[in-house]
Amino acid sequence: MSEKGPLLTPELVQHIASLVQIGLSEAEAEAFVPQLNAILEYFNLLQEVDTAQVPPAFLLSGLRNVFRPDRPEPGLTTQAFLSNVPHPQGAYVCVPIVLEE
Amino acid sequence: MDLPYLSISQAQALLRRRQISSLELTQAVLDRIHRLDPVLRAWLTVDEEAALEQARRADERLARGENITPLTGIPFGVKDSIVTQGMRTTCASRILENYIPPYQATAVERLLEAGAVLIGKHNLDEFSMGSSTENSAFFPTRNPWDLQRVPGGSSGGSAAAVAAGQCFFALGGDTGGSIRLPAAFCNVVGLKPTYGRVSRYGLIALASSFDTIGPLTRTVEDAALVLQIIAGPDDRDSTALPDPVPDYRADLERPVKGLRLGLPREYFVSGMDAGVQAALQEAIRRFEELGLEVCEVSLPHTPYALAVYYLILFAEASANLARFDGVRFGAAAEGAQTIADLYLQTRQKGFGAEVKRRILLGAFTLSAGYYDAYYLKAQRVRTLLRQDFERAFEQCDLLLTPVSPSVAFRLGEKIADPLAMYLSDIYLVAVNPAGVPALALPCGFSDGLPVGMQLIARHGAESLLFQVGHAYQQVTDWHRRHPLQ
Amino acid sequence: MKYEAVIGLEIHAELQTQSKMFCRCSADYAHAEAPNTLICPICTAQPGTLPLVNRRAVEQGIQVALALNCTIPPLNVFARKNYYYPDLPKGYQISQYEIPLAVNGWVEVTVGKEARPKRIRVRRVHLEEDTAKSFHQGTLTLIDFNRAGVPLLEIVSEPDMHTVDEVLAYAMHVRNVLRYLGVNSGDMQKGVLRFEANISVRPEGSTELRTRTEIKNLNSFRALARATAYEIRRQIALYEAGGQVVQETLGWDEAREVTVSQRSKEHAHDYRYFPEPDLPPLEIAPAWVETIRAALPELPEARLQRFVESYDLPLTDARTLVAEKSLADYFEAVLEHTQASAREVANWMVGEFLRHLNERQLEVEAVPFAPQALAQLLEMVARRTITATTAKEVLREMFESGGMPQEIVQARGLALIADEATLQAVIDQVLDENREVVDSYLKGKESVFQWLMGQVARATRGKADPQLARRLLQARLDALRHERL
Repeated sequence: MSEKGPLLTPELVQHIASLVQIGLSEAEAEAFVPQLNAILEYFNLLQEVDTAQVPPAFLLSGLRNVFRPDRPEPGLTTQAFLSNVPHPQGAYVCVPIVLEE
Repeated sequence: MDLPYLSISQAQALLRRRQISSLELTQAVLDRIHRLDPVLRAWLTVDEEAALEQARRADERLARGENITPLTGIPFGVKDSIVTQGMRTTCASRILENYIPPYQATAVERLLEAGAVLIGKHNLDEFSMGSSTENSAFFPTRNPWDLQRVPGGSSGGSAAAVAAGQCFFALGGDTGGSIRLPAAFCNVVGLKPTYGRVSRYGLIALASSFDTIGPLTRTVEDAALVLQIIAGPDDRDSTALPDPVPDYRADLERPVKGLRLGLPREYFVSGMDAGVQAALQEAIRRFEELGLEVCEVSLPHTPYALAVYYLILFAEASANLARFDGVRFGAAAEGAQTIADLYLQTRQKGFGAEVKRRILLGAFTLSAGYYDAYYLKAQRVRTLLRQDFERAFEQCDLLLTPVSPSVAFRLGEKIADPLAMYLSDIYLVAVNPAGVPALALPCGFSDGLPVGMQLIARHGAESLLFQVGHAYQQVTDWHRRHPLQ
Repeated sequence: MKYEAVIGLEIHAELQTQSKMFCRCSADYAHAEAPNTLICPICTAQPGTLPLVNRRAVEQGIQVALALNCTIPPLNVFARKNYYYPDLPKGYQISQYEIPLAVNGWVEVTVGKEARPKRIRVRRVHLEEDTAKSFHQGTLTLIDFNRAGVPLLEIVSEPDMHTVDEVLAYAMHVRNVLRYLGVNSGDMQKGVLRFEANISVRPEGSTELRTRTEIKNLNSFRALARATAYEIRRQIALYEAGGQVVQETLGWDEAREVTVSQRSKEHAHDYRYFPEPDLPPLEIAPAWVETIRAALPELPEARLQRFVESYDLPLTDARTLVAEKSLADYFEAVLEHTQASAREVANWMVGEFLRHLNERQLEVEAVPFAPQALAQLLEMVARRTITATTAKEVLREMFESGGMPQEIVQARGLALIADEATLQAVIDQVLDENREVVDSYLKGKESVFQWLMGQVARATRGKADPQLARRLLQARLDALRHERL
């Protein structure tokens, strides 16, 4: 990351949007660019903190080894699950074809 | 008797003496909802029939005198980011507009078992992303003290409803101030418990490592009563603390004299409104009168808290919101020919602008080449933030800070500038990365609008917050002022 | 120019736990009554749900790690792997990334007839969860979440293999280890083992690492072998033609027997891994590891040594038996029920028994008769109730009908003719019908004795007790010679 931070462009915003599967109109992408850049620039503040000897916090959380015993229990009925499914078909969840290309 | 504004402990005493019934209490809050909510808009869902039925059962339970808890027969509402089995749960998002959860959140389950009466669900910023409740996909909630102003967010509906006497308490969610900011803006008490003290099972995740469920109430004592029921280990949340829950009510009356109250120097700098500053100074004087020793402490990494908070939040949120894809529940785009179309259109139409901004930023900061500079860096500075608190608590028992530099702002005032909106939470966000508990409570008014203060304690020290907050409320009456009389 | 392939293998093995990796649903999806019956709020990614680590899955992972001579880091972290696919309910897979369950292991495998085993290093072993199953139907995809969340172990080798035979030997070795541990059925047809091969080629003798391709979703040894061979040929041909290999993900087209580019998956290759905030790290204490190590069942290497030392088996036979846990188990079960020598039993197992399995494409588990039946058969041979020739015939019958050998022998009258009078009559008839041959014998051409024995065997359809027949025939011929003198 450069001193000034990576500036997002509408194209880059569209690329990220495709990674997270959010459709964006050109106008939306354009509008987001300055807002997102302002926030990213604000984050550069952290670069001034020396963290060379500091471990990341996720390794420090107090709890360790929280397990569940390997005992099966009943869960949801098919009907209870399917009642929220937008497009059920029989006992299945149905979506448009997944194309490999 | 003004039933809707009784405290929980007052109402409970009357219920036990059979001087009032749960049905009457429930009817009273439903009347306030009918009367006020067309303007206030604190509620997304109200289930009157179910509430009245639960009230009848609570009355039977009270009549039998069996298994009565401090919450039996007490009406409450739940932020709509917490799932309620069989009751629509939207997270104030179009993408969940018609979602009926097939399971119960642990905290709600415990309240219902205790005999509390569920009235319905409260408005919020979509997916808890916001500080004003203006980001609700359905409608903004208004501040009961000034209908042109925001109630704060994201648990804005909950704070407004408790302040307006539409329920006796609410379950809110706090990821970076979402309970405390609206509590301060609406003149109620809001507790953000220690991370893990209340099970997150059933809380629709925003930032998993910051998210907490906590009560919004009108008194500190009430907050203790609610936490007593909802706190504790849960084998459905691996991050829930295994420690037993202390008796908060018993600790409430312990003397506060001699406790050390630290004022973090970094929180008392320029930028605070004069009215807020004055209220804080007055509160500090009260604490001194109560016998607390006030001292100055330092949390040197405070200037980085907001960046740490948002970086980690964006990253976690970008993954947490991936499951809203139109496949298993929620809204799905019609007529999609391919799975990619289904995803893109469902999420384009289903999410509001703030949600999209945060998901995009999260994905970007986690993407190849940026992870170390953004996410990992934030996790390292987070360690320093935690150490700040640990060191401060070597010098004092509690910290006192403002909740917000200003009182409730006007609707629309900050909505176009996301960064300005983020800065509303500047005094609140550091607590969540550190995991410590914090209590917001009323401490005065500025130009007729409530001012809140924040007490922060070390991990697991909710008792201390209640003890000091309760002592303060014994000698002040800010919390007894109510809007819309 | 001569080329050398450089191949690394990823093996995805489903673990045989009772319940899923992160929820309480049964993991036995293969026996589910109907689609979407083994599901719960967690494995269908309902909003607000949280994962819970299955202790047994971690233990099984540690067992495998130890059997593969891995080191287990003191701290273990789960991570989210983010991508969108309708069979992935949460929009991320809980896996392990920076800090896996185990690292730096190795195995020694025997390739073909080579005497010296080859060492292949194991880079890492990590835990993750399986996806749902999808079925394509016209323009639609149907999804069944019964498999979603079943524990998977991913075993990643270093690129230490150079030939298809080495790849196969390694894959089979690992499958065998998993079976010995009882953590995976090894049943390829049920998809409990899946392979991904990383392949590059370079001029022989060079040490450079050239661009590699990755073939995903290889679900049988056959597909693994063919796809690897094809891809090696394809890359060599590319270089020979002056072209370059492009780094990409490939699929294996079973029907056309070619690898095909899967660019759609390439697009989503930025997995944006980050530590799973819903699960605290695992601290795998040395004491726990040692407890698991002490309880490990006998592994292939140890069993090989035991077979050679205590049963005195030839190394090649022992290797063949041990290479398939079920075969070695069967062998030992037979041994328990017969007086026949271990060598004799092993001889039958690696000979006739295996030949039938291969001919019939049978797994040991699917053999239609119990080890006791085979023991009985070998016992009959040892006691000379039947001849080896008959035994082979009976074994064929056993594979076909599953009957007990004694019954088959009786029903088909295959028992040895050991009655002197009966056999004498047969011999007399044979001599009578072959006077010229007898003449040549009497004139000194003693080599025809064996031919006459053959005639006796033919006349008795192999049932003549060979020793008795030999004695009677010799006696009769001696008598004739005596008459002539």
